[in-house]
Amino acid sequence: MLKDSDRIFQNIYGLKDTSLAGAKAIGDWDGTKKLIAKGREWLVDEVKASGLRGRGGAGFGTGMKWSFMPKEAGDRPVFLTINADEGEPGTCKDREIMRNEPHKLVEGALLAAAAVGACAAYVYVRGEFLREAEALQRAIDEAYAAGLIGKDSCGAGIDFDMYVHLGAGAYICGEESALIESLEGKKGQPRLKPPFPANIGLYGCPTTVNNVESIAVVPTILRRGAKWFSSIGRENNTGTKLFCISGHVNTPCTVEEAMGIPMRELIDTHAGGVRGGWDNLLAVIPGGSSVPMMPKALCENAIMDFDGLREHGSGLGTAAVMVMDKSTDVIKAIARLSRFYAHESCGQCTPCREGTGWMSRMMQRMVTGDMTIDEIDMLQEVTKQIEGQTICALGDAAAWPVQGLIRHFRPEIERRISERQSSGTGQAA
Amino acid sequence: MSTTFEQPSSFVFSAENKEKLKGIFAKYPEGREASAVMPLLDLAQRQNDGWLPRAAMDHVAELVGLAPMRVYEVATFYTMYNIAPIGENHLQVCTNLPCWLRGSDEVVGACKNKLGIGIGETTPDGKFSLSEMECLGACVNAPMMQINDDYYEDLDASSTVAILDTLQSGGAPTPGPQNSRKGCEPEGGLTSLKDGKGAG
Repeated sequence: MLKDSDRIFQNIYGLKDTSLAGAKAIGDWDGTKKLIAKGREWLVDEVKASGLRGRGGAGFGTGMKWSFMPKEAGDRPVFLTINADEGEPGTCKDREIMRNEPHKLVEGALLAAAAVGACAAYVYVRGEFLREAEALQRAIDEAYAAGLIGKDSCGAGIDFDMYVHLGAGAYICGEESALIESLEGKKGQPRLKPPFPANIGLYGCPTTVNNVESIAVVPTILRRGAKWFSSIGRENNTGTKLFCISGHVNTPCTVEEAMGIPMRELIDTHAGGVRGGWDNLLAVIPGGSSVPMMPKALCENAIMDFDGLREHGSGLGTAAVMVMDKSTDVIKAIARLSRFYAHESCGQCTPCREGTGWMSRMMQRMVTGDMTIDEIDMLQEVTKQIEGQTICALGDAAAWPVQGLIRHFRPEIERRISERQSSGTGQAA
Repeated sequence: MSTTFEQPSSFVFSAENKEKLKGIFAKYPEGREASAVMPLLDLAQRQNDGWLPRAAMDHVAELVGLAPMRVYEVATFYTMYNIAPIGENHLQVCTNLPCWLRGSDEVVGACKNKLGIGIGETTPDGKFSLSEMECLGACVNAPMMQINDDYYEDLDASSTVAILDTLQSGGAPTPGPQNSRKGCEPEGGLTSLKDGKGAG
């Protein structure tokens, strides 16, 4: 188990003072000026060396992303955009950062801006998180008043502004280019890439988009050093991570743990174990709704990091661990996720717009067994025609849970179909 | 748009909200006023009892310099804009997977039974509307619902009914988890940061 002294988020439960004074008492804003003075190159290199991979789901190297930003932007301003459009089912960590540790996000934004040469940061907060946005705004106001951000931020000679922008209920705006479109006042429909935001992003200017957690861990990484962060976890999967453990566990919670913690240890230590005991486990979706589920057999020895879960045909995603015990109707569970993706498809690409609705309708029929065995294969085939055929990853995200279900629970699907057929209400095979 | 309700013929921001407009526009660079369309629609909706009449969208279009159609596109793309009248208390129950696993069916059922309305309906007195939501991002505090601007978490049928009782009698229920915990920490005792209690 991770030592408390190695936890970045010392106040993630909001049990201590969340104001600037409280934040300083747990180490925030300590020596920020000196860190900025080390220069842009050092900031990017240190984050690269720490091995920090983006915490929003895709796991792209944060330092690497920053290094793509143009060294000379000419007369165009450069923007940092922070993705707080948290809405991946199972995921509720950025919410806790914004309401309980907002100063880590504000300080991280300043340091990230210094690293990429940005003059301003926009934090795109999902509209429903009004209270969280208010908490973040309070922290921003405190930081302005204390001279930590604004003109000559921290006395380090850089000007930096930070703004909160509320969304209005669209999961797709968590996709970086949809987020930029939305911020520009349009429907949140993803852009075709290239050009990438690093060249043409917000208002046509160089832009880097990072997840809240990725930005909020930066100050601590820079203060304690890349070596410290990379000493936790294993190569290519370093550091600590906020895990959200939900579903059929005794004490659901969000907790910061070391990357690579075994899944069972994570659930048993922090979430009070699976309801009814480990042997009552049916399956786990380990990284938010967009990653394939893992039946119990694969969970036994799984370790919670990017590569560890990929080995089992799933992924770390946002580290949102959804636990399902044996009482779960697993087909209904995935059908619910299919309905979610059908609802959230932005409608731009045909395979996703039509495919997510079609998959959802098929899944609804599968719940009652009202389909033929052939249609399982047809469904599998259609998921393959959605995956990889769309501008953004929502199509993939919609396809994977269905594929995971067919891969691991085909006998259950077939049983349900044959049960319905033998009861005389099913379709002819 | 439905024609079963009346669209007001005009809309202007109140004096108080006109002051707020300045702060909103100041967030975005000059020439990028279109970025203010979402906060302005939100402000208009709040001023107009929780829904956006067409006149408000037209007024916002004028203020941000967009064609009205562009503003209608935005208002209909995002689910938080209501383009028809909505109840005074908008009960938005999350039924996505993590909430469903922990009993969101019970929460929806309690709302339906207590209020006598279905999903997408409003009580005849206009006090309550009931909606089914996608993930609201409070999954370790499931099941949960949002009522207007606040989250009510760790619900079951009886705590849901208690909240509705309070609202019906004109009170303000306390937001947040409805069990013994403060936030997202494990109920019944911390497993990390154990020295954290009491400080601050």
